[in-house]
Amino acid sequence: MEVLTTEGRDRLASHMSDVREQADERSEESMQTNLLVRNRWSAATLRVLSSMPSRSVGQQSRLEIISQCNIRSTQLRRYHRQTQDVSLSSRPSIRGYGIEADSEDVCEEETKRQELVNNLQSLSAGDRVRMLRATPLSLAEKTKLRKRVFSDKVGQSLLSSQVPCCSLLKRALYHILFGCLFIVSSLQLWQVALKRLGGRFGTGVLSYFLFIRTLLLFNVFLFLINGLFLVLPQAIHPPLHTPSSHRVTGLELFTGTGYLSNSVMFYGYYTNSTINTSCRPDEATAGTGCSTTSDPHMMAYNIPLAYFFTICITFFITGIVLVYSMSKSFGRSFRVFKSQGNLAIKVFCSWDFKVSKKMSVRLQSENITTQLKELLSEVKGGEEEKGRLSGMAVHLLAWSISLGSTFFCALGIHCFAKHMHLRRLEDVEGEVSLVHEARLLALPGVVSCGNLLLPGLFNLVSWMENFNSPIVRLYVSIFRNLLLKVSILGVLCYHWLGKIAAEPQQHGLQCWESFVGQELYRFLLVDFIFTVLYTVFGEFIWKLFSQGVLRRRRKPVFDIARNVLELIYGQTLTWLGVLFTPLLPAVQILKLLLLFHMKKSSLLVNCQASRKPWRASQMSTLFISLLCFPSFLGATVSVTYTIWTIKPSSGCGPFRNLPFMFHSGKQWAQELKSTNPKLAWLNWVHGCLVENPFFLFLMAGVFLMVIYVQTQILDGQRKIISLLQDQIENEGKDKKFLITRLQAVHEKRQYPLSPSSRPQPQGSEV
Amino acid sequence: MGNKQTIFTAQQLDAYQDCTFFTRKEILRLFDRYRDLAPQLVPLDYTDQPDVRLPYELIGSMPELKDNPFRQRIAEVFSEDGEGNMTLDDFLDMFSVLSEMAPRDLKAYYAFKIYDFNNDDFLCKSDLEKTLNKLTRNELTEDEVRMVCEKVIDEADLDNDGRLSLEDFQHMIVRAPDFLSTFHIRI
Repeated sequence: MEVLTTEGRDRLASHMSDVREQADERSEESMQTNLLVRNRWSAATLRVLSSMPSRSVGQQSRLEIISQCNIRSTQLRRYHRQTQDVSLSSRPSIRGYGIEADSEDVCEEETKRQELVNNLQSLSAGDRVRMLRATPLSLAEKTKLRKRVFSDKVGQSLLSSQVPCCSLLKRALYHILFGCLFIVSSLQLWQVALKRLGGRFGTGVLSYFLFIRTLLLFNVFLFLINGLFLVLPQAIHPPLHTPSSHRVTGLELFTGTGYLSNSVMFYGYYTNSTINTSCRPDEATAGTGCSTTSDPHMMAYNIPLAYFFTICITFFITGIVLVYSMSKSFGRSFRVFKSQGNLAIKVFCSWDFKVSKKMSVRLQSENITTQLKELLSEVKGGEEEKGRLSGMAVHLLAWSISLGSTFFCALGIHCFAKHMHLRRLEDVEGEVSLVHEARLLALPGVVSCGNLLLPGLFNLVSWMENFNSPIVRLYVSIFRNLLLKVSILGVLCYHWLGKIAAEPQQHGLQCWESFVGQELYRFLLVDFIFTVLYTVFGEFIWKLFSQGVLRRRRKPVFDIARNVLELIYGQTLTWLGVLFTPLLPAVQILKLLLLFHMKKSSLLVNCQASRKPWRASQMSTLFISLLCFPSFLGATVSVTYTIWTIKPSSGCGPFRNLPFMFHSGKQWAQELKSTNPKLAWLNWVHGCLVENPFFLFLMAGVFLMVIYVQTQILDGQRKIISLLQDQIENEGKDKKFLITRLQAVHEKRQYPLSPSSRPQPQGSEV
Repeated sequence: MGNKQTIFTAQQLDAYQDCTFFTRKEILRLFDRYRDLAPQLVPLDYTDQPDVRLPYELIGSMPELKDNPFRQRIAEVFSEDGEGNMTLDDFLDMFSVLSEMAPRDLKAYYAFKIYDFNNDDFLCKSDLEKTLNKLTRNELTEDEVRMVCEKVIDEADLDNDGRLSLEDFQHMIVRAPDFLSTFHIRI
């Protein structure tokens, strides 16, 4: 035995503690993992854990914990009866292990149950029922609980009489709500077809078809408003025309000339006077409709005013709806949580348990699989696509080819249009024949050809380029197609509004508005015919070609960019033409309906899903913003230009004697001022809003400020969320640390001589 | 709603009505559905609470559950013996939780248990893999399954222990707006 001096002992002690610390650190890792194995936790640790405040916050969660422990105890007893192993109850329960404490179990359980009963009794009747129903216990346990709770109450009738009114109301409300949701969802147009397409081809293709549905809704709205306020009144009280003789050939449906030009379809049919509802046709004089009658009670319907206001209001409402849906789409894509939590939610919350038919179940499975694959690929990030050639030069070349071809196409259309006008002048001087009428279809045909062939060229060009991800490729493709369509439409608008409308006599036209309306009608129809031909022959033949000649085993992929821009092009034509052809939305509706079914069948037969599924979360946003900005804005600008600056033709239409179209509104406002001075403020408001730019600037400034404030708030929220998440992680680490320390202390006390709990010191202490 | 029925006593019906989300009529209708599964096993008189247990095969053959990939787990979770053989109480309990009136927390609790294949009160990786395979009918490759599991645990695991506890699951459910309508069986 060594006799150590005090100093020496201290030094030795400190040396040993150092060594022990080092050994501690080394074995701490293993100890920690050892101690974290929850089977080894002692009852004391578990008791401490279970009474942690985070686990007993609020009465609700306390009951839940108690009921969980209840369940745990019943399960443990079940397991004991069946097997004699220790159950892997990794969730600490109040009773700890069950093997040695079976009798203890029952007593503990009884106290827990009594606690539950007491808790329930302390609540009001309605709350009691709600709590009972919401407790995650089995029904047998609940009935026992209930019996105990109400055994000391007067009678069960107390409960059941107090509950009915509000619970029945709630139940009724729930039923109504779910019924409504069910009806609304079953009324959704093409819901089943869209689900099938989405499941098979992915969200990119699905967004195209959803876009068709959106456009359809816009057009239905346009059609209803126009039909109700414009077409119907004029159709019921037709103006008197000198009947002109037209041969009825089938071509009229395509060219819009002949008997159609004097129908309610086109601008020229509408009168410029007020219709009085009680007048009879035989009283009318030619050209002016019904004039004054002595009956003061009849309704006067001013057609020019109706025309002007209907067009303005439809455009205004469409604009608001577009901007609103665009902002909602943007809001959805810039969510605060971004894409976090999407995958987990998709895995756990997307399976609809209501689906019961085998086919639907399979469809749902397919849907979820595709969505999961897409989410995964988004997570993985875009892999580098193996490009054929790479480098800046290729991109420059591709862009120059695209832009050059667009420019030449536009130039070609410009020259061809001029040529066609000259030819038409010659035709008009001659006699009307079928060939001359068919020539009217030449310009639309050429434009549609350009629309069909150039996107193919763009595809070819982009095939040789090297892109980072399929999304970038799609955006580039969309942009090129957009430039093409914008330039074509720009050239055509220039022709119609700049050339024809400005000097209608030079082009030999009595009624230029009807002519422009007819042109738009022809364009829409020919575009549709060419699309049908392309889908039937082009896609089908390309599939045969690629499978037969090129020996590719996969069918071609659906070209989203080109199809979407075709839709936007058609819709722009419709909006441009509403002023001149109030029934054009009806044509567009028919076209969209046929297009949906045709594209769907063609897709199922000819194409297949892209091999690398990618998530098209921003696709709908992109489409709506493309619809709003170039398309709707352009249409609004040209319509406003027409109404504000172009002189209407003097021979036809509702604005025939006015210098500008908007004068009808102005005249009415002035009449209003003179006849009804109380409404004079409307005039003042109009002057303030529209003619005074200061007010518009103020509104724009206010909106910008609001947008800025909202973005800052969003930023702040995101920062706070990430900070909170870090905090939660740290708390978890703290908890783990404390648990291991607690367990270590307990073990040291329990097993002081066990070699596993204490590392041996290097020296030996006496 | 009269007192003509002789299947249950009035107290029993009251108790069922208070403990589930069903009205008397619905409870009787559900009893009829239960009985239709095995008319020779289920007596018409439940006043003395007979211990009748329908085997899992009959429960799993119901049209509402027949094609559901999780039907076995649903039956196991709600059955008293943990094997899928259900008494009438279990049957009522199951459809009560899966009805449209059940609150979100209750549904989340049972959904958690359904997806917990090894009954260890945590959704670990193997549970997730089994869930995914059932959801997608084994259409995902092993790599993809692994990646999805990792990403899910990454996203939803708040206390960083590598698996999802009930709290993590409930926290995630709060952010899913359509959970209430998908975790719903209409009967």
